[in-house]
Amino acid sequence: MRRAAALVLPGLMACGILASAPADAQQPSVLKRQNLVLSLSKPRVTITSSFSGDSIVLFGVAPDDADGAAPPDVVVTVRGPNASFVTWRKARRFGLWTNVESRSFLAAPSYLAVLSNRPPADMADADTLRQEQAGFTNNRLLQRVGPDYADVVPGDPFRQAFLRVKQAQGLYFERTAAVEFIAPHVFRTVIPIPGIAPIGTYDVQVKLFQNGERLASGMLPLEVAKIDFEQSVASAAQDHPLLYGLATMFGALAVGFVANLMFRRD
Amino acid sequence: MTIYLPIAELPVNIFTLLALGIAVGFISGMFGVGGGFLMTPLLIFLGVAPAVAVASVSTHMAASSFSGTLNYLRRKLVDVQLGFVLLAGGLTGTLTGVLTFMLLRRFGQLDLFIAISYIVLLGTIGTLMVIESLRVLMRNWRGEPARVRRPGAHPWFLRMPFKMRFRQSRIYVSIIPVVVIGFSIGFLGAVMGIGGGFLLVPALIYLLRVPTLTSVATSLMLTLVTMAAAIVMHAVLNQTVDAVLGLVLMVGGTIGAQFGARAGQAMKAENLRLLLGLLVLGVGLRVAIDQIRQPTDLYAVTLDEANR
Repeated sequence: MRRAAALVLPGLMACGILASAPADAQQPSVLKRQNLVLSLSKPRVTITSSFSGDSIVLFGVAPDDADGAAPPDVVVTVRGPNASFVTWRKARRFGLWTNVESRSFLAAPSYLAVLSNRPPADMADADTLRQEQAGFTNNRLLQRVGPDYADVVPGDPFRQAFLRVKQAQGLYFERTAAVEFIAPHVFRTVIPIPGIAPIGTYDVQVKLFQNGERLASGMLPLEVAKIDFEQSVASAAQDHPLLYGLATMFGALAVGFVANLMFRRD
Repeated sequence: MTIYLPIAELPVNIFTLLALGIAVGFISGMFGVGGGFLMTPLLIFLGVAPAVAVASVSTHMAASSFSGTLNYLRRKLVDVQLGFVLLAGGLTGTLTGVLTFMLLRRFGQLDLFIAISYIVLLGTIGTLMVIESLRVLMRNWRGEPARVRRPGAHPWFLRMPFKMRFRQSRIYVSIIPVVVIGFSIGFLGAVMGIGGGFLLVPALIYLLRVPTLTSVATSLMLTLVTMAAAIVMHAVLNQTVDAVLGLVLMVGGTIGAQFGARAGQAMKAENLRLLLGLLVLGVGLRVAIDQIRQPTDLYAVTLDEANR
């Protein structure tokens, strides 16, 4: 059963990639003309022992539009490494609140920030936005419902609950006025990296919309990594578990012994 | 001042952690309990993943129980012989418990099982301890003489075969109930993710009639051995031991345990039992309220470990 799931999942994701490729190919002229320039204030968030969160600034220069039209709309989507989650629904059974129903969210981003200059719903029609995964509720969240794998309608209570709980945990962000234009075609936004941010490579995806259509898009990687002491502790625990365990145990006994000597009364 | 925990992967305030360690260490030194049943839920409340919390708390418990055991060893209150007989059953129980834990997790109702175990066990034991110690206190208050232990009044399970004399505890009992108690503590400890000290102390006092201070001391020694084994097991099997988290907790915990042990020895045994009973009952009630009250959000999200 689990092996079957593992086989289906990459297949589905491959389909997703294939499906989006022709969409890009349909507008080669647009792409050639539009050159989106992006830059992060730093490409790597380093976690040291005093790390308690960080802010990364993203700068972007929208392609110069010959028509001299109004500046485009910007949707910045930052996705952390994927993980599997289970959303549980509680109900009262024999007077106790217990988990009664669950949905598995396979390959959902462990971190998600959707930053835009105005609510994405005003930028284009719902179908376009869903296809582009632009907007907080438009991100694809693959669910396992019984034997099937699919994303469900946005109004699904489990899907809504998942987004709500993740927001409450401080790992999902929706900010509809976070992108600001500092010059007619130059925009800037701040990506919040909380202290509990998971380790890994994040994708910073920028999509520009104009007149209800996608104008341009660009992608940058953002690395969140432990360094120095944090990294050596983590890798010791992973690479030499027995040694790490024994060292921790004897360390604990040493602390107990020292404390006992220090507080000895006689 | 915040400190980033490398395995738990989150920043926490170092003073919050230290205060937590001192407070739980005080209680653990005073009553001879590991303190896991208090510390683990508090860490989870701070945002530490349950698996990391359970594993890292064992380092704190090893340190503070070692410090406490040394104190009691010096005062010659530890019954080492009784400790080893209990351990023989305890380690078998731990293994059985770990296997049951895996089985329950597969059926997805582990949380409920743990909550019900907490409510039933803590509620029963807490109530019994409070009633018993109140009765003693009432008798003292009225000035009645304390009941003298009659040597012939052993319950049936202490009169079973394979009798052994435990000089330190001043008991002469069958080792069958001793091993069974050890097994139950080990089993429940593994399933509920607790050290089991708060179960063992009353079991030794009420079932085996071991003197209160010897019960506390022997229970600390048992906690020390099981927690030292748990550190290595968690590190090898789950890689969830956060040494930084453990270090901060144990520094606070050992300091707290010193003062706790002194406070415990200065108190009358029945007062000590009443306080521990109230504490156990309080935690049990807290778990019960959490289960009965309607949660603010009916949905919860957990990491799917089977699909990781």
